[in-house]
This record gives sequence, C-alpha cells and structure tokens, in this order.
Amino acid sequence: MNVNVSRRRFIKGVITSSAAAATSSAWYSASASQRPAGVVERLIILNVNGRKRPVDVLPQETLAFTLRYKLGLTGTKLGCNRGECGACTVLVDDINHYACSMLTHSVKNRAVTTVEGLQSPSGELHPVQLAFVEELAPQCGYCTPGQIMSAVALLKENPTPTRQEARQALAGNLCRCGAYDHYLNAVMRASGQATDNTAERST
Amino acid sequence: MSSENTLIGKNFTPPDIYGKVTGKAKYAEDYSVDGMLYARLLTSPMPHARVRSIDASAALALEGVIGIITADDVPQVEAPNAPILTNEPVYVGDPILAIAAVDEKTAENAISLIRLDLEPLPFVVDPLASLQPGGPSARQQGNVYPSEIQSLHWSSEDVSRFRKGEEPTGAAPTEWSYGDLEAGFDNAEVILEESFVTTGYAHMSMEPRSVLSYWRGGKCYVHGSTQSQSFVVPFLAGMLGIAQEDLVYISEYCGGGFGSKISAYPVLGLPGYFSKKLNRPVMLRITREEEYYIGSARVGFQGWIKAGFAADGRVTAVDLYIVEDLGPQRTGGDASSAGGAISILYQPHAMRLRDVPVFTNTTPRGAQRGPGQNQIAAIFEPMLDKAARELGMDRLAIRMINAPDSNATLDADQGPVTSAYMGKALALGGELFNWEERRTRGGQRQGSKVTGVAVGQGYHSAGAKGFDGLVRITPDGKIHLHSGVGNLGTYSYASTTRTAAQTLRCNWDNCVIHHGNSSLHLPWSSYQAGSNTTFTHSRANYVAAMDLLTKMKAIAALTLGGSAEDYDVADERVFNIGNPDLSMSYAEVAAIAIDLGGPFSGEEYPDDIHEVTQRAVTGLAGTGLIGVAKDNLPKRGTAPGLAVAFCEIELDLETGKLEILDYLAVAECGTVVHPQGLAGQLRGGAVWGFGMASLERHVYDPHNGLPAHVGYYQTKAPTYLDVPSHMGWAAVDEPDPDSPVGARGIGEPAMGCATAAVMCALSDALDGHLFNRTPVSADMIINYVAKAPRPADPMAINTF
Repeated sequence: MNVNVSRRRFIKGVITSSAAAATSSAWYSASASQRPAGVVERLIILNVNGRKRPVDVLPQETLAFTLRYKLGLTGTKLGCNRGECGACTVLVDDINHYACSMLTHSVKNRAVTTVEGLQSPSGELHPVQLAFVEELAPQCGYCTPGQIMSAVALLKENPTPTRQEARQALAGNLCRCGAYDHYLNAVMRASGQATDNTAERST
Repeated sequence: MSSENTLIGKNFTPPDIYGKVTGKAKYAEDYSVDGMLYARLLTSPMPHARVRSIDASAALALEGVIGIITADDVPQVEAPNAPILTNEPVYVGDPILAIAAVDEKTAENAISLIRLDLEPLPFVVDPLASLQPGGPSARQQGNVYPSEIQSLHWSSEDVSRFRKGEEPTGAAPTEWSYGDLEAGFDNAEVILEESFVTTGYAHMSMEPRSVLSYWRGGKCYVHGSTQSQSFVVPFLAGMLGIAQEDLVYISEYCGGGFGSKISAYPVLGLPGYFSKKLNRPVMLRITREEEYYIGSARVGFQGWIKAGFAADGRVTAVDLYIVEDLGPQRTGGDASSAGGAISILYQPHAMRLRDVPVFTNTTPRGAQRGPGQNQIAAIFEPMLDKAARELGMDRLAIRMINAPDSNATLDADQGPVTSAYMGKALALGGELFNWEERRTRGGQRQGSKVTGVAVGQGYHSAGAKGFDGLVRITPDGKIHLHSGVGNLGTYSYASTTRTAAQTLRCNWDNCVIHHGNSSLHLPWSSYQAGSNTTFTHSRANYVAAMDLLTKMKAIAALTLGGSAEDYDVADERVFNIGNPDLSMSYAEVAAIAIDLGGPFSGEEYPDDIHEVTQRAVTGLAGTGLIGVAKDNLPKRGTAPGLAVAFCEIELDLETGKLEILDYLAVAECGTVVHPQGLAGQLRGGAVWGFGMASLERHVYDPHNGLPAHVGYYQTKAPTYLDVPSHMGWAAVDEPDPDSPVGARGIGEPAMGCATAAVMCALSDALDGHLFNRTPVSADMIINYVAKAPRPADPMAINTF
C-alpha cells in the first residue's frame, strides 16, 4: 500500500465531492484545440521505421500519442498511458522506451522503431516476431508489441541472453494473461537457443 | 468421429496471431472513422450519492464541445442491475455522464466545467459493518442479495463472534446441503475449524474497455472489447433497444477479460446512444484509472469452515459459511461455486453451505477466473494439509484418497460428472515432480531462507451444450469455418473449429475461419467464460460438420447413384466405398448444392437453431454447401475441468519475500486438443494463482469509501520477476466420453491449483501455519515470524 498515493486520493476525493468534479485522467492531453495561448504545434520530421515522417507536434505531446493518432501506427498500445505497463514500448536508437512517457520533440533527431517497422521490406517477419508465433507466445496480444520491442532491444544488446537475463530485460512489460514463460521461450528461440515448451508428459 | 487424427492434439498457428506480432491486430480503440467525436466520462467522486442537479452550461459553451449524455438519455434498469449512466452512483467511479467534443482534451476540459450537485448517501465498504444492527446499506433498497434485494442485520453478538472467527450464529439467507452433516462429524477422527478472508481484486485486463459506435444505414456499429462474440449480440441489441439484425458487433481482438468482459457490460452501450443523439461517430476511450473503477473485480469472502476427516483421510463432512462481498451491483454465485468445488474435489459424505451475499459500495464485482472455486482452493487446500499432518498422512495421499473419479458427484443435488481422473493427475504430477523426495524439503533453512514444497488442486465446471455450429464449402473448394466464439486469447475460437475440419477430413490449409464480426455470418455461441468453450464448441463444430457430411453424401448419391450410405470422404473428395473411382471433389459438391438449394445451400435450416444462427445461414444461403446444427448430443452430467499443481518456494524470513522456485501443473481436461494453447492456459492460470495467493488485493479508505488501488503498481499484478523463469506442465490426456474429441476446458482450474499450491507451500515452509487469508503479503509473513499479535480485526476485508 502506497501511503502517499492513498493520501492524494483522499484529498482529491474531499475536493471533488464538494461541488465541481473532475476526472484525474491525463489522457490525450496533447490536442490541437483548447491549448494555452502561445502553445503551438511545430512541424518536425521524425525518423520512424526508417522513413522520414513530417508531423505537427505540440510541445507536450507524447511519442505514443504521435505514433498512434497522428501517424496511424496503432501497433503501439496504450495499456496505462502512465509508465506502468510497457504496452507502448518502442525503440529509440535501438533502446527500448515507454512511448507514453517520452515527449515526441525529444526524439526528432533519433531513430524510432515501432512493431510495424520490424518486418523486412518484403514482409518477412523479424526473427523475434517469428519466434513469438512459433512459441504461441501471445494470448490476448495486447501487450505483445511491447514485449517484442523489449525483446528486440535485448537481443541487439545481448544476442544470446540467459533466461534469467531475458527475464530481467522484459520485466518492465506486464502481461495480465501471464504468458511470461512463453515470451521467454520465444526470446530464447529467437536468439537461437534451446527452448523447453513441450509437455513434461502426457499419459 | 474420423479415426484419422490429423488435427486434434496437434499444434497449429492460429491466423490472428500474425496481427498480434506485427501490430496489425485492431482492438476497439485502434479504429478511427471520419467525423469521429471523442467522449469523456464524469464518474462519481463519492461511494454512494444522489445527483441533485447537473449544470453543464459552461461545459456546453466551450468551443468544440458537441453534446452531453446523462442518465436521462439512457434506459434505467431495476436495481441491482447496472445502468449505462446513473443518477444514483453506488461506488467511486460510477459513470454519471459523458461529454463529446471534437477532440479528447476539449471533452476533458468540458468535464472539469460541469457543476455537479451530489447528495451524499450512507455507504459501506465492509460487509460486516453493513450487517451490524442499524448498519449502512450500500443500496437504498437493501443490503443483501440472495436472489432479490433484502435487508438483513445480525445482532451485535453475531457480528462480534464472526469478527473473532468463531462459529457463525448470524442468519444466512441462502443455504444448501446434502447428506447427514452430524453423522459426518461424528465419524471424523480429526475436525478442523478455521475462519478465513479472501480479498477482492481487479481483473485489470491490459486493454481498457474502450468503445467506438456509429450508425450507418439504420444499423448501429459497435467496436468493443469482449471475451465473447455472438453471445454479446442479443444483450447489446437489447441494451441499445434495437433489433439484433440492426446491430453490427465487432470484437475481433479482445485485450484480456478474465471474466470482466463476458457479455454486454454497461459502457459498451454508451457510444451507441451518444452517437445516435449526436448523429456522429463516438469513441469512448477508457483510462487505466477508469478501468479500475468499471472493469470489475473478484467477489471477496469472509468465512468459516468446519471440516471432518476420517482416520484414513476421507473427508466426512464440510460445513461452509461465507459472507460474500458483492460490490454494489448484481452478481453472485461465488459462494455456491466455492461449495460446489469442495463437493467435487473432496467428495465429502455430507456438506452444508450457508451464504450471506452483502452489497458494498466498492468496485462492481463479477466472475473472475474461477469465481468462488479459486478463493476456496486457497483456503481449503492448506486445511487438507493440516488434517494430513494431524493424521500422520502424506499430503499427496490425502488428496488421492478423496480424488474424484468418473463416479464422482457434486453440488447440492449430487449430480454426476461426464468423467473425471483426478487420481491419475495426482499420480502423474507426483511422479514428474519427484514428490516422494522433494516433500521432505519443507521447513529446511539456509540462512534466512526457508523452503516450502506443496501440492494444490483446482476445479471449475468446463463445458456446456446446446449451441450451434456452422460450416460451409464453396465452389472454389474452400472450407469456411464460421466461429461465433470470441477471441479472448485462448485461441479456442480457432482450435474448436478444427473438430469440424477433422470431421470433414480436409486440409487445414484449405480452411478459412470467419470470426470476430457479426456481419460475417457467425453462429450462436456460448459465452467465452467458465472454461467452457473447448468442450462446448468442439461439440457444436462436430454436429455442424456431421450435418454437412450427411448432405455431401446425399448429393453424391443423387449425382453418382446409389445411396448415401455407400459414400465416405477423404482428401476433400466424397467417394463410393465400393468403387472409389466414383467420386466428386468438395468443390463440385458445393456447386451442386447451390443448384439443389433447400437445406443443401442454406435456404432451409433446422427449426431448433438460435435466431443468431438463422440470420447467419440466411445471409449465406446460396453460396455453397452448408452444414448447420444445434448441439443436441447427450451430456450425462457436469463436465469437470481439473488441475493439480506442485511447487517449491523459498521464503526469506527477514524480508517476507516469497520466491517460487519451481512449478509444475498437470491438467485433467480430457484429450489435449491444442498442446501449446493448453500450456499457455496452465502457465497463465498459474501466474494468476501466484497473484491471488501473494500479491493482489483491493484497499479502500473506510472513512470515505475511496479506492487506493487504481494503478498496476498498487494492485501488483504479477510481473516476470514474480514467477519462476520456467514452469512445467503435463496432461492426463484421458478422453471425456461426452465430447466428440474427448476434450473439456481448463482455464480456471489452472489458476486454482496454483493458488492452492502456493498457499500450501507457505504453510509448509512455516511449520504448518495457516494464514487463512489471501493475499499472504510480506508483512504477514514477517509478523508471523516475529510472533506479533494477531491483527485487531482478523476478518478485515477491503481495508488496511
């Protein structure tokens, strides 16, 4: 139990129950209208999945927002939009980041890779994607793009991780279906190492 | 059933998985349509209140705001059902109104300009506080909900005794029993009495339940996130007040449900109404915080059990008493399901369940993975170990002697099962885990760490009957498998169609699965919950394929001569058994079916299929050879899903940290249909079990009714680091006679066995101590080790 959070919520409750209520959501705070005077979109050129993408970006706009709602790259999921779950994980210069917690302006001179950018130009799956298919790693699939991006980042840094290293590297990506073991199997398979996903035995 | 087993028991690549790994999979919030407005909710800041007035003038004056929708614009339903929007919120987060605007920020800003005048009403977050004389009721209509809302208050002594964990004396509005309880206890060598608490906690699916709706050509299009597909249609159409044929429901992908998205939940209908009012498409995005409010949670238990065990370990009698924390809205059944689980897993000679289902002003509850069965697995399995210790028995042996077989009976009516082989599951697991050797490690210390080794069991009913199957062959030779099953992540929407493909002896690569969109002519389906899809829809696919085979042979006889019995199928051809040269391809048969019309091509269909299936067939009429049927196959009783888990843990007595070192699950779910899918369920269920046993809980501020659990980091869904890096699995693989492929379901028992195993391992590590509470948090472990006094209120639930 986080006491600070409890206190904050308590105070919020007292305030909101007095008269005017407000939601506390910070979603989609980047928007063309209703912005404070002087806050304007600026046209910048992003490098996303190897392509130059000109896009108008607000100062406070998150990378996840830009990718999903301005560039149509909806493979980057928003599970929490506050840096808790990892569903929005993308690569920035080959390092995995939560796109919900990064400002788009901060990546304008950097290479952004989303799950849509992993396939080869001819459409072949990236080895990590293929391993995820072969291990039947996803269940509901919502966290899968984030898991894949963290796995790709890991293998760029460490092409043959131990299972324990993979577990640590992916620990920032939650999966409510609990497909962790299958995701680890997929990482090991993608790195060319043995996986163990067969039944111990069926009678 | 074909003797050639080419598909069942084999892994395959479900077609939707490519979308999941490439990002092309579209969940509800990934859709966008021209002219789309963005809605934001205003939810209740109070746990129980009445809306006196809403002043939206400033909000509506804001540039870019298009409209407002309140409870007055949507149907109000009889309590304790949940309306789409309400003027009497019954929990913090209950949706009161929504604003639509040209973009999300404008809607958000407009929400902050709403002047909402609320009259606070009495509220309660602790069921026992509600049962006190004069205690607050979570709803104005009453405080308990056996099957209708009633008011129930115990005496102060009743409440006081219950809070101390003594034998309950308060009235229980629901009760069932079988056998002679008194005789059962008289025959017992050991009698145990324990009080217990299992705390509620959120489902917290990764995908918040965002919804997009628009109207086109008189039809309402809804992009939603539900576990089920066809099952949602009648309920959502009813909620929207439209004919089923005027609803197009799309849920091709569902980012997790676990019981919280079974059917048409309230906000699924909101954008439909709002879109109609504004004549614009409306997207309602749900935030993570809102998902904690409206996304449902597990029913909590405060209870007491008395159980008798004979000298040989047989369970002679169980007396179970549960106060259920229902939250504020219609739900229930967890307590009875808990009783049912005990009745089958241990086959007690006599049993009684008493249930006090109490409303609280907390998050609405609903079915959550093993609702009832898994809470009680966490509590009763460690009691079984305690009995074994007192009787000088092995813990695996006491499970073996009580294990259900195919003659097992269950529930109040002591009905039969289709089949059960729990003894085999226990024996297989014991052998693979090396139980004989490892069980002795319990209690061994190394530095500050102590080992625990245990076995646990789980159960859920796992199969229904009476739903429809629909298969079709087109003149291009393609086999179309129409699946009304939702895509909740188990791949059963696809794996159950393989029964049809195998029955038709066709090439899997030649099959096309249609699913996830009601305009794709999908048959009536069960809900995708209750571990039931594999059993239920293997049957439905089988009967549809058999109908198609019958028609195919009739067409062959009409075309090639002889009678239908003279024909069989292989390699996508129907051939004369006596003269195999006399044959036709499936493609040729499909073309002839179109010419023949009538039942062959769907112009006529059986009387007993559901109206959803009737519309699907009508929509497909004339496009090929159609097999369609309702599952009227015999089913002799409850189809049980059973599972056993073994685990070894290490507890750090200085920090209270639990580490699960090794885990093995054994499924007893009939024939294995899809090995990788089964492995996923066993392991995923285990992760849920670890969370319930040691991590996840609700916490409310009792003075203000405010939840303190609206983030993953607060509710502590298990991460990679909370689970072992490898989890083993195995399966008994004994066919169930009432499934054409021998399979039953497994999703929920896969969790219950893990919860039980971890709870038992904690006990094993700590000299047999029973915590009798979930979750067992680190501070509870440290307090036990430090011999700290018991907490002031051992029955506290939902609070600190």
